[in-house]
Amino acid sequence: MDSKNYIASGILELYVAGVLSEKENQEVYEAMQKYPEVKAEVISIENAIVQLTKASKTDSPYSFADVQNQLKTDEPKVIPIAKPKTNWIQYSGWAASLLIGSILIWTLSQNNQLKEQVATERQQLEAQIDSASTNLAAAEKLIEVFRDKDIISVPLAGQKVSPTSYAKVYWDKKTNSIYLDAKGLPEPPKGKVYQVWSLKLSPLTPTSLGILDTFTADANKIFTITNANESEAFGITLEPAGGSKSPTLEQLYTLGTVSS
Amino acid sequence: MNQELLILQFQKKDVKAYEKLYNMYCDSISGVINNIVKNDAVTQEITQDVFIKAWNKADTYSSKKGRFFTWLLNIARNAAIDYTRSKKFKQKKQNLNADFFVDILESTKSLDSETNTIGLKEFVTKLGDTCKSVIELLYFKGFTQKETSEELDMPLGTVKTRNRTCIGELRTMLGV
Repeated sequence: MDSKNYIASGILELYVAGVLSEKENQEVYEAMQKYPEVKAEVISIENAIVQLTKASKTDSPYSFADVQNQLKTDEPKVIPIAKPKTNWIQYSGWAASLLIGSILIWTLSQNNQLKEQVATERQQLEAQIDSASTNLAAAEKLIEVFRDKDIISVPLAGQKVSPTSYAKVYWDKKTNSIYLDAKGLPEPPKGKVYQVWSLKLSPLTPTSLGILDTFTADANKIFTITNANESEAFGITLEPAGGSKSPTLEQLYTLGTVSS
Repeated sequence: MNQELLILQFQKKDVKAYEKLYNMYCDSISGVINNIVKNDAVTQEITQDVFIKAWNKADTYSSKKGRFFTWLLNIARNAAIDYTRSKKFKQKKQNLNADFFVDILESTKSLDSETNTIGLKEFVTKLGDTCKSVIELLYFKGFTQKETSEELDMPLGTVKTRNRTCIGELRTMLGV
């Protein structure tokens, strides 16, 4: 850079006016450090402007005292002592409120969780009570059936296929229904189902009373079946799923005659 | 004392150093403000504010960004222009007639005793109109080079060279 041309360009006058860009200011500053003549020129221009502007002052001289008593001078001494103290109080205040806030939120969520748990448990309990009372009602009904003098009890004994099997029929002629207690029958193999028959003995005429397709699912294995026949005996056979038109006698599990 | 050292001490909140800087520049700052607000009492008030403001933001000054005087000049012009935008100023404005620093120089009867100022007055009167306008806008009003070029309908580069010539004449007269 040629300092003479640089000076002559007029950039230094603009520099003192304060109208250059940040980049240009930086550039002039570097030139001033590098070339003493540039620096001297800047100082001269500045002096001229200082005097020119001074001439525009029209009132009486000012005193620095007016400014001085408004300057904050003790700041650097006060700050290091005062600041950490206030900060500590401020921070601990914030920390405390944060802590309280998070405890509150945690408590609320805990409370909600407990409420949900109580609701679920209550529901389960209600379901248990419900099923218990249903079971009780069923049991009472059974007892009633067994005690009724008008009900005919027919034990069914195990046959050749399954000698250990047994069952019992309680026949209520007034309501034309039988209660079959099939607890003594084994679980039917997959794809097979027990079928209940009402039999007339001479000649042997079987009438299907229905299939026990809910056998596996039924807990007490007691089935209520409609029976309007003049039955002389009851039999249970194992049949393919869906049942058969006539009993498969080779698969006769239990049989019992009605005592007259 | 070395000016750069003074500025460094001022930045470390040394009141004595600041008093020296204040004495160097307070009249100039006052002159610039007076040229904008044109009221002695207001000028004194804003000048005080400028030096208090400069003290409070001392750490924002850096010699790499410009001259200390230029920094003060900027604070002063901004403070004065802010005032002219206030209601207070608009109410007083109707009594004003002097619009340029030249008018202030010419209309002032009781200038202080500095011979330079008297000489300056004579010189300024002789300055060409263009020089008066360029100096007014760039130094007193804080116009940018581009704004000055638009205001005076003058090419951008001409503003720079013309200003150099005008300041050159001023320096010759002042002997600086």
